[in-house]
Amino acid sequence: MSETPLLSLRGLRKSFATQDALNGLDLDVYKGEFLTLLGPSGCGKTTTLRIIAGLETPTAGEVYLEGQNITSLPPEKRAVNTVFQNYALFPHMTVASNIGYGLCMRKVPKEEVKERVENMLHLVQLEGYGKRMPSQLSGGQRQRVAIARSAVLEPKLLLLDEPLGALDLQLRRQMQAELKKMQQQLGITFIYITHDQEEALNMSDRIALMRSGRFVQLDTPHNLYEHPATAFAATFIGETNLLEGRVTGIKGDDVMLDLDGISVPARTQDWVVPGQKLCLCVRAERLHYARKVPDSTCLQGTFIGSHYAGSDRTATIELRNGQTLLSRHTTEQEESVQPGETVCVWWDMETASLVRDDREGV
Amino acid sequence: MKKNSPLAIVYITAVMLMLYLPILVVVLFSFNANTTRTAVMNFTGFSLHWYQGLFDATSGYGTQLLASVEVAFWSVLAASVLGTLGAVGMLRRPLRKSLAGRAASGALSLGEQLAMLPMMIPELILGIAFMSLFTFLKLPFGKMTLILSHITFCVPYILITVKSRLSTLDPALNEAARDLGASPLKAFFTITLPLAAPAILSGSLLAFAMSMDDFVISFFVTGAETTTLPLKVYSSVKVGVTPQVNALCTVMLGAAFLLVGLGQLISAASERRQAQTKGA
Amino acid sequence: MQSEKNRTQLAALPMSLWALLFVGMSLLYIIGLSLLSRGEGFTSQGPLSLDNYARLGSPVYVKSLLLSMRLAGLTTLICLFMGYPFAYFIAKTRPRVRTWLLILLIAPFWTNALIRIYGWKILFYANGPLNTLLMRLGLIQRPLKLLYTEMSVLVGMVYAMIPFFVLPVYSSVERIDWTMVEASRDLGASPLKAFLTVTVPMTAPGMVAGLVLTFIPSIGLFFISDLLGGSNTMLWGNLIHNELLKSHDMPFAATLSVVLLLLTGLIILLYRRMGGKAENMFF
Repeated sequence: MSETPLLSLRGLRKSFATQDALNGLDLDVYKGEFLTLLGPSGCGKTTTLRIIAGLETPTAGEVYLEGQNITSLPPEKRAVNTVFQNYALFPHMTVASNIGYGLCMRKVPKEEVKERVENMLHLVQLEGYGKRMPSQLSGGQRQRVAIARSAVLEPKLLLLDEPLGALDLQLRRQMQAELKKMQQQLGITFIYITHDQEEALNMSDRIALMRSGRFVQLDTPHNLYEHPATAFAATFIGETNLLEGRVTGIKGDDVMLDLDGISVPARTQDWVVPGQKLCLCVRAERLHYARKVPDSTCLQGTFIGSHYAGSDRTATIELRNGQTLLSRHTTEQEESVQPGETVCVWWDMETASLVRDDREGV
Repeated sequence: MKKNSPLAIVYITAVMLMLYLPILVVVLFSFNANTTRTAVMNFTGFSLHWYQGLFDATSGYGTQLLASVEVAFWSVLAASVLGTLGAVGMLRRPLRKSLAGRAASGALSLGEQLAMLPMMIPELILGIAFMSLFTFLKLPFGKMTLILSHITFCVPYILITVKSRLSTLDPALNEAARDLGASPLKAFFTITLPLAAPAILSGSLLAFAMSMDDFVISFFVTGAETTTLPLKVYSSVKVGVTPQVNALCTVMLGAAFLLVGLGQLISAASERRQAQTKGA
Repeated sequence: MQSEKNRTQLAALPMSLWALLFVGMSLLYIIGLSLLSRGEGFTSQGPLSLDNYARLGSPVYVKSLLLSMRLAGLTTLICLFMGYPFAYFIAKTRPRVRTWLLILLIAPFWTNALIRIYGWKILFYANGPLNTLLMRLGLIQRPLKLLYTEMSVLVGMVYAMIPFFVLPVYSSVERIDWTMVEASRDLGASPLKAFLTVTVPMTAPGMVAGLVLTFIPSIGLFFISDLLGGSNTMLWGNLIHNELLKSHDMPFAATLSVVLLLLTGLIILLYRRMGGKAENMFF
């Protein structure tokens, strides 16, 4: 992408009285994108969003919107709007007044406000709800009003802080699809916060995975899942087995790892050096096992048991060094292994990736 | 949760009767037909005699009632502005790092403590303190000094009701307004103020009642020309032979029940609104 | 937004300045005044001395202080034993009835306090309703002396103060999580034991606030003893009142007020130490 980014964060830092919330963030967001900030609670994603909105001042660093430095601009002067976590609908105003609030602040003529509010109500499928009070709406409806209230201002960037967090699972799934559709209809760039990995994978064009005020990895959902950069990225998303090992040798694209006495090949990464301690990440659904005659070249473990979860079944295997591995496979592929039996585990070399071990010092 | 036993009902009734016994006596005697010197003790029959000319400017309580209402009105008006602004300013105190910031924050916190003090210390002390201060400042005693001191003891009632209301408001509401393009002042007038209005009103009603009823402080800070209703009542009951105060009390009780009823309606409405806020 | 939050704080400035002047300064001023001596008319003059405080040792003042403390203490105690069950029972009635009981409790507040006390005066007159009733019933032969006794002052004080005790206790009882009481019953406590070990400690904050709210005004009251006690009951408040209006001795009146202020400060300090909040004192 060669165009200028819509939003750029440069060296963003924020420290609160007792701790640092952000430790130097750099980010470019492009027009029309659906970017998700994903991370555990307290990782700094809400702080980042609030700085972009202008509700918080960074300790250091700058925020650029279309190349213009807006770091010290107050929130009301930014072409950026926010959908708050609990919607923050004004309880003393009707739905229509809520949606029209921003337009009134911009001194848009009354007639035009009315028309644009009506259009917005239509877009979020809440025609006829204009005269209701927010308290008379369901959770999903409030959520739509909150989006309509921000979207009616046609912001360059819409910030959404866990907008589906307060809804139950079924409504969440439905709203995910609607939100994505709405984003495409409106053509507005979204920065979306969630701690739900599934939501992030489903909706985003790109995901910025955060931890302790830093970006761990910024990539497409596919790359994030298939090629996690670190052990944290690997464990935060999906069900993952991490095998600790040491690099014994590098041969071209391949590398030899010593995993608890067994030599295992893997695809190398540019940062790997001989002798290095690192992790091999194997997704649970890519890990296979079978009853097998003992063989010095395969990783052996004891079959502990498996549990049933509808369409699939997850087996637990304990390695000799005490580490447990998970293997998920569809119910039809089931092997009749009895608990206590010795099994061999293996995986396709292409599906495993080497990751830095960053699990310490979280 | 267990229901109350019959004993509890008897107990509640007994205490309530005690609370209303002197009031009932006053109401009864306000209709006393006895106009002789024993009018305050012997009930001889029903009459509306004592209600005649009750609010007459010369023989009744009209002038004093007007003075009380005037003092209460201006005091509550000023106190509601001071108290509401105070509550807004006190609500979120950010952590200060600089020395100057800490000093400013400390001064404000001292200000708040002092503003709350009139609710906690005996009125007598306040009365004397105001009186000495006004003497020192050479302010002429009268309506002005009454209003100044009434403002001071009205502020805590408004401060505390408004502050507790504001603390239940989601701070995101204000942020949302700003995010949608409202300046800080606009956000205050379109969001914070309307949402705090019921609390400001109920605090003001309470303060109004306190001001109307204040005797101790007014006693010390009033001048020769200004007499408020409670002051006049005091001089009447001190002498003890003016059954007209009975009629006055009955009228005030009626007005009080009216006001309490109104207050109840307002607080019920604000509760409903609060429930809505929570729901949203 | 940080600097903006600081600007929001400025909204509290007018109130703070007001309180600084009219509360802070005026209280400091009477402390200063207490160190001066009486001048012509309502004036005061130097030099600074502790003479006024030395006068406090005289029996008149010691006796009055003891009487004030005793009456305030008795008032508070009676309010506790009468008011606690009252508040407790109110909190346990049905919500609709409860609202009305609360309105009934608060309504007298809105009428003039003096007139309410005056009602007692009517009742207590030698040939007033109470004596007449007792004589008609044949319980007494001659009218009892009810008015202008310590007893009548005490009745008036309890009457004036009890709502201040009931309201904070009521709100703390109302907030009790009754499942805790049920849990203690389930764990084998008798109703009385459950009340003493669970309900009472949980309502302690309201109770302490109520005690403070009752005791502090009680020691400063002067019009109740004025109306119901006549000249027989010289409470600390009456002394201050007299010094000011009869002797025109502002500095000494200030000295007496400073004693009351210190006493109040001590109680509030004690209350804060126990973790009490100012907000608790206001139902």
